[in-house]
Amino acid sequence: MTVAPISDGRVRTGRIRTNGLAVGALAFVALVVLAVALAPVLSPYGVNKQDLVRALEGPSASHVLGTDSLGRDVLSRLLWGGQPTLLGVLVALIVFVVVGVVLGVLAGTLGGWFDALVSGIADILMSLPGVVLIFAVLAIFNQELTPAMIALGLLGSGSLIRVVRATVIGVREELFVSAAIVSGLGPVRLMARHILPATFAPVIIQASLFAGAALAVQSGLGFLSLGVHPPDPTWGSIVGEAAANLAKAPWLLFVSGGTITLVSLALALVGDGLRDVSAARRRSDGGARTPVRPVAATRPAGAPAQEGVVLSVQQLEISFGERVVVRGVSFDLRPGEILGLVGESGSGKTISTLATLGLLPANASITGGRILIGSDDVTGADDRGFEGIRGRRVGLISQEPMVALDPLFTVGSQLMEVLRYSTSLPASQRRGRAIELLTRVHLPDPAGVLRKFPHELSGGMAQRVAIAVALAGDPELLIADEPTTALDVTVQAGILDLLRELRAERNLAVLFVTHDLAVVADICDRVIVMQNGAIVESGSAEELFANPQAAYTRELLASTPSLVRAS
Amino acid sequence: MSAVLQVEGLEVAYRTRGVRGRSVPVVHGVDFAIAPGETLALVGESGSGKSTIGNAILGLVPAAAGRIEIDGRDVTTMSRSARRGMARTVQAVFQNPYGSLNPWITVGQTLAEPLRIAGRSRPETSERLRWLLDRVYLPHDALDRYPSEFSGGQRQRVAIARAIALDPKLIVCDEPTSALDVLTQAGVLSLLRELQDELGISYLFITHDLAAVREFAARVCVLERGRIVETGRSEEVCDNPQHPYTRELVAAAPVPDPVLQRERRELRLAAERRGAASS
Repeated sequence: MTVAPISDGRVRTGRIRTNGLAVGALAFVALVVLAVALAPVLSPYGVNKQDLVRALEGPSASHVLGTDSLGRDVLSRLLWGGQPTLLGVLVALIVFVVVGVVLGVLAGTLGGWFDALVSGIADILMSLPGVVLIFAVLAIFNQELTPAMIALGLLGSGSLIRVVRATVIGVREELFVSAAIVSGLGPVRLMARHILPATFAPVIIQASLFAGAALAVQSGLGFLSLGVHPPDPTWGSIVGEAAANLAKAPWLLFVSGGTITLVSLALALVGDGLRDVSAARRRSDGGARTPVRPVAATRPAGAPAQEGVVLSVQQLEISFGERVVVRGVSFDLRPGEILGLVGESGSGKTISTLATLGLLPANASITGGRILIGSDDVTGADDRGFEGIRGRRVGLISQEPMVALDPLFTVGSQLMEVLRYSTSLPASQRRGRAIELLTRVHLPDPAGVLRKFPHELSGGMAQRVAIAVALAGDPELLIADEPTTALDVTVQAGILDLLRELRAERNLAVLFVTHDLAVVADICDRVIVMQNGAIVESGSAEELFANPQAAYTRELLASTPSLVRAS
Repeated sequence: MSAVLQVEGLEVAYRTRGVRGRSVPVVHGVDFAIAPGETLALVGESGSGKSTIGNAILGLVPAAAGRIEIDGRDVTTMSRSARRGMARTVQAVFQNPYGSLNPWITVGQTLAEPLRIAGRSRPETSERLRWLLDRVYLPHDALDRYPSEFSGGQRQRVAIARAIALDPKLIVCDEPTSALDVLTQAGVLSLLRELQDELGISYLFITHDLAAVREFAARVCVLERGRIVETGRSEEVCDNPQHPYTRELVAAAPVPDPVLQRERRELRLAAERRGAASS
């Protein structure tokens, strides 16, 4: 048995890749915290040392950030004032995280009435008018900041409770949790090893965002002289003083407000950066792909479009940046023909198909060859270039019909929408045409289906609706990307029957992408086998199955289990 | 020889969400048994209850009624902690190798977990880990890597290694190959077969794919909406299905041979037309 080598290109790029901006922001926050903590050492003057002669001065060698209306050194006051400010934020943050995580985890784990109770509490917390309550707390506790910040943390924790609860419920559904239970893990270890780690990323992100918000609230209170004990400063109270002297010394507001703004911004950037890292870690490919701009395709003076060819792909080459993923792919598709494009994941079958519809991902581009739909060259065309082609001349059905349909709209409104832009039917006739289409794909009670939302349909019905949508513009070419892979075998047979009927009736050409050779044997007239971005073999289905030439095709056929004993 | 798994009159129900959740039965009185070293397939379409039966055997969902005996012990009446001890006897390989490995911990940590819980010492564990990787044809440096660095087939090998870590007698394989490419599927099935020959494990093979059943399992139970409608040797059920539902399944499954498939399709369509005409 051969084992594919583990590709080194997949090394944990998510962890290694660092978001420069976020790291810079984190360093900035750390620096500010350190400086504030060391205020007694660092500040050049006493916090309340006045020098009325030098009031409201700009920056100078002796007062780096200038002085305020009482001639106090602004830098010293910012450093000292940062202590109650950041401590307040810390108190709020601790309450926020502890309450949010504990209640969120318990609600997500225990479920039942406890979950209902906690969710209710979270809803109430989120709907309370926070600032008013904080004013009340300040009034009750005689302008003490700590109780107000505890209240702020509590009030904010509603959102974190919800996030943690949702994460825990999500992770508990994961198969690796089932596998751990089957391995004999008890509830405590299960929580510590498999469930809690999944909440780290969302908690850190929420916490950094909340810290920014808490800083803003805290500063607002200081600005209103709430929770402040003059003459000791907080950042907010410094802003308040600056606002009072705005006309005489606008500089002051820049320094004080700027400090708060920069720290808030840095906290938000840290949160963003952490989210990126955690997302990259979970993604299976891990790698950060750099988008490339589509290179103007080199267009060989290839053969002109042949009469009666619906789709012609000529020497197609597709690249992700420097990496060529599809090379030298050529084929023609005629009316009434069903052509199978077969291969395993990574063979290039799906990416080639997307290229024919101009739907390549942003980081991929056509770097050679050309694609003709009818006689129109659509190689590397943009959305405008595909106007009048997608929907009207080419329809698409995909593996996940539920994804193709918008869950928020009824089948009727989606179908009528498509009819509006891909046909010239007047509005009065669209409903009749929609019913006709649904009848055509053998949906019982078409008028009833029009009123249904996608989630009310079974997988097979949804795929029939998707086919009706694809047929709305009366296309000559249908691209079917693994259209039956997600369906039960009896439903699959029905969909394949329908495609055969449509082909016979409208002379529809179908490009059928699949990995399943048994499905190919059932529906395709001609087959192209792809491996590693190139065509290894093509031919009529009967010929290819009876007498496969390429070693790869033979291997695929040998590996495909058959329900019937080979004769 | 006594059965490794004996399921009698198993019923499973799910509660709908909400305070006034109703109980909806999804498995109705299912009976089957698996002998040591045997592979039994449960085949059915979505909603047939096949995965639910597997989850009940694994203790992931409670049984509403009936008995599940694993290696002679009734697990339906066991305490939770005793149930956890069954990890040495029954294990699982799930469908989606992307979801069944914890992305936050290394393959080594994932594989060591069952061993540590079972009380194996550190040197014992590390020796066992190397043995496991050899068994599933993965290089030893896989231990320090994260699941995201592996392909689907390689991840499924890791999941199989985890399942055999404690030398279980039974592995519940819930669609173990349906998320994989054809060649990878063949590789995973042949690995499972090889491990069965070597270690004498029994498999409960849960699948929707009759062709894979014929290839991999000696016997099969066909499920339709939570009931077993037909049981028999895989080849006989595929070649000569008795129950109308099994016939429908067999007729609908395509075979990788265009000439033969055309004949089968015409027979199926003719039968459907007759059915439509008579009703």
